[in-house]
Amino acid sequence: MAQTAEAPVTPPPSLHDERVGRKSLLVRFLARPEAGAIAGAIVIYVFFFIIASPFRNANSFASVLYVTSTYGLMATPVALLMIGGEFDLSAGVAVTSSSLTASLFAYEFTTNAWVGVLVALVLSLFIAFLNGWIVVRTGIPSFLVTLGTFFMLQGLNIALTQTITNQVASPDISTLQGFSSARVVFSGSFTIGGVNIRTSVIYWIVFVLIATWILLRTHIGNWIFSAGGAPIAARAVGVPVARVKIGLFMAVGLMAWFTGMHTLFLFNTIQTSQGVGNEFVYIIAAVVGGCLLTGGYGSAVGAAIGALIFGMVNQGIVYAGWNPDWFQFFVGVLLLGAILLNTFIRRRAEAAA
Amino acid sequence: MSTPQDVPAGKHAARDAESQDTVSQGTVSHGSQQPRHGNGNGNGTSGVPLVRLTKAGKRYGAVIALSDITMEVGAGEVTCVLGDNGAGKSTLIKIIAGLHQPSSGTYEVEGTEVSFDSPRAALEMGIATVYQDLAVVPLMPVWRNFFLGNEVRKGLRMNIPFMKKTCKEELLAMGIDLRDVDQPIGTLSGGERQCVAISRAVHFGAKVLILDEPTAALGVKQSGVVLKYIIQARERGLGVIFITHNPHHAYPVGDRFLLLNRGKSLGYYEKSQITRDELTGLMAGGAELEQLSHELEGVGGAASELAHALETDVSGGHQSAAE
Repeated sequence: MAQTAEAPVTPPPSLHDERVGRKSLLVRFLARPEAGAIAGAIVIYVFFFIIASPFRNANSFASVLYVTSTYGLMATPVALLMIGGEFDLSAGVAVTSSSLTASLFAYEFTTNAWVGVLVALVLSLFIAFLNGWIVVRTGIPSFLVTLGTFFMLQGLNIALTQTITNQVASPDISTLQGFSSARVVFSGSFTIGGVNIRTSVIYWIVFVLIATWILLRTHIGNWIFSAGGAPIAARAVGVPVARVKIGLFMAVGLMAWFTGMHTLFLFNTIQTSQGVGNEFVYIIAAVVGGCLLTGGYGSAVGAAIGALIFGMVNQGIVYAGWNPDWFQFFVGVLLLGAILLNTFIRRRAEAAA
Repeated sequence: MSTPQDVPAGKHAARDAESQDTVSQGTVSHGSQQPRHGNGNGNGTSGVPLVRLTKAGKRYGAVIALSDITMEVGAGEVTCVLGDNGAGKSTLIKIIAGLHQPSSGTYEVEGTEVSFDSPRAALEMGIATVYQDLAVVPLMPVWRNFFLGNEVRKGLRMNIPFMKKTCKEELLAMGIDLRDVDQPIGTLSGGERQCVAISRAVHFGAKVLILDEPTAALGVKQSGVVLKYIIQARERGLGVIFITHNPHHAYPVGDRFLLLNRGKSLGYYEKSQITRDELTGLMAGGAELEQLSHELEGVGGAASELAHALETDVSGGHQSAAE
C-alpha cells in the first residue's frame, strides 16, 4: 500500500550499529557462560603450579588431562541435557552398567569382545531413551525419574553380576577375541615428545568441539536452548521439544557407553559398585562451567573447563602431598564458589548488555 | 497513539476513506454512518474475508464457553475482540488458532470451511497467534528467537549471517530499530518483545495475526508502541485479530469490534457504527453501570454524586452516538 512512501527514510540495515558501543573485550568475555570457569581454572592452575612442584611436569599434566577426560566425556552431554532443561542422575552408574553389560555378555557367551560392545551400546541407548520418554510423557521432573533409574541400575549392576559371576567384579575379558582391537579404539595411548597421552583426551576434546558446534551453529542447538529456556514458547513455534529432550538423554546414554567401554578396555575388569557419585561430578562440572540449573543457558566448553578444574584439583591435591581426604571438601568449596561467581557475573553481564 | 513519522495521520485517514469508498460505493462523506457489513466485502482487495466465523460456539461438556459468535477479518483490517475476564476471549482465540474446533457454527478461511486439528495446521494456512507471555525464550538472542523453529539451514549448519541480517531488516521494516540482534531477547522491553514476535509471524507468511492481549501487561508508552505495530501490520495488508479488554487501545486501531460477555456476543460493530464512548460504555457493562448508578442514588450523599458521574458517563456515550 502506501508503504513505499516511507521507504526512503529507512536506512540500509547493517549488522553493525553505531549505538553498539565498543563493548570492552573484558565485558564481552564476561558475558560468556564459561567466563567464570576460565577464570577459576587459571587461578587453580597457577595455585597448584606454585605449591606443587610435580604439577609443573608435562607428564603429570597429561595425567591431569586424562582424569579430566574421563569426567569430561560425560560432563559434555550432561551439560547439553542441562541446557535442555533436564537432569540425569543415573549418568554415573549408567557408565558401569554399560561396561558390565559388554564384559558379561562377551564373557558368558564367549563372543568377540565387539559383540559385547554393541550389545552394551543398544542397552545404554535404550535405558537413556526410557529415561527421556518417561520424563516427556509424564512431565515428572527428570530429577525424580532418573533418581529411580539410578537406584534400579545400581541394584542391577550389583545383583546381576553377583548372580552371574558370584563376584563383585566382572571377569577379566582380556583373553577374548577382539579385545586388543577394542582396546586400541577405546583405551589407546600415544607418546609425543616423551609425554604419554591417552586417546580419551583426544576423544574428549573432539566431543566437546562437536557439542559446541551443534549448540552454536546448528538448528538443533537452537532447539536445545529453547527446550530448556522456555519449552512452551518453543513448542508454540514448532520446536519438537519432546524429541529434543529424548535425544539429549540418549546423547548421555551414548557417552555413558563410550566412557564405559574406555574404562572396561583399560582395566579388563569392572567393579560393580563403580560410578556411584560420578553423576554429581558431571553436574558439578556443567554448573561450574556456567550451565544454569534451570536450563536454557550454558556451554559445552564451560563444562569441559569445569571438568578440567575438577581434574586439576583431583590430581593437584595428590601432587601437593596433601591428604586426599580433603578432596571432597574442596570440590564442595569449588561448586559453591563457582555458583556464586556465575551468579555475580551473569548479573553484571546482563546489566552491561 | 502513534508517532507521526511512522504512520502519518493523513495516510491513515486516506486508507480509511479508500476502504470506505470501496464498500459504500462512494457515498457522501468519509464521516458518514454508512454501515459496511452484510456482504463481508470489507477489505477492498479480495472480497472474501481471510477469517470468518459464523454462529460459532464451543461447549466443554455441560459448560457453554461460547455461543453464536459471528465475526470476520479481511486483509488490511483489524478486528478487535473486547471482553472482560471470562468473557470467552481465550476460547475464541483457541478456535481461530486451531487449538480447539468449534462445536457449532462454521469457521472459514478465505471462503473455505476449515477444521484445524492443531495450531500447526492453522499456521500453515497463514493464521499465526502471538501469545502474551509465551512468545519468546528470554535468554536466547533476538535473532535466534526470531528464527526459532524455522531456522535457515545451509547444509547441516545454520546460515547465521543471513538470519541475523534478515532479522534486523524485518524488525526495521516494522519500525523496530534494535541496537544488536545478538542481545538476549529478555533484555528488550515488553512492548519490543511483542513486536519481535509479531514481525516474526509476519516474516513467516502469516496472513492473519491473532494478538492475545498484547498490551495487557504493558505501560502506557509501551502499549502505544505495540499499537503502532498493529497498524504497521495492517498497512502491510495483514488481517489482525486484536484481543484486548481496553477499549482505548482497541478503538484507535480497530475496523470492527466484537464485544463479548459471558460467552455471548454483546454486539458486533463497524467502526463507523460506534463511538469510542459507546464502546467504553459497553465494555464497562453499560446496562449494569446504569443499574449501579440507580442503586447508588438510593443511598444518597456522596454516593449519589458518584451515581451522577456514572450516569453522564453512560448517557454521554449515547449522546455522542446520536450526533
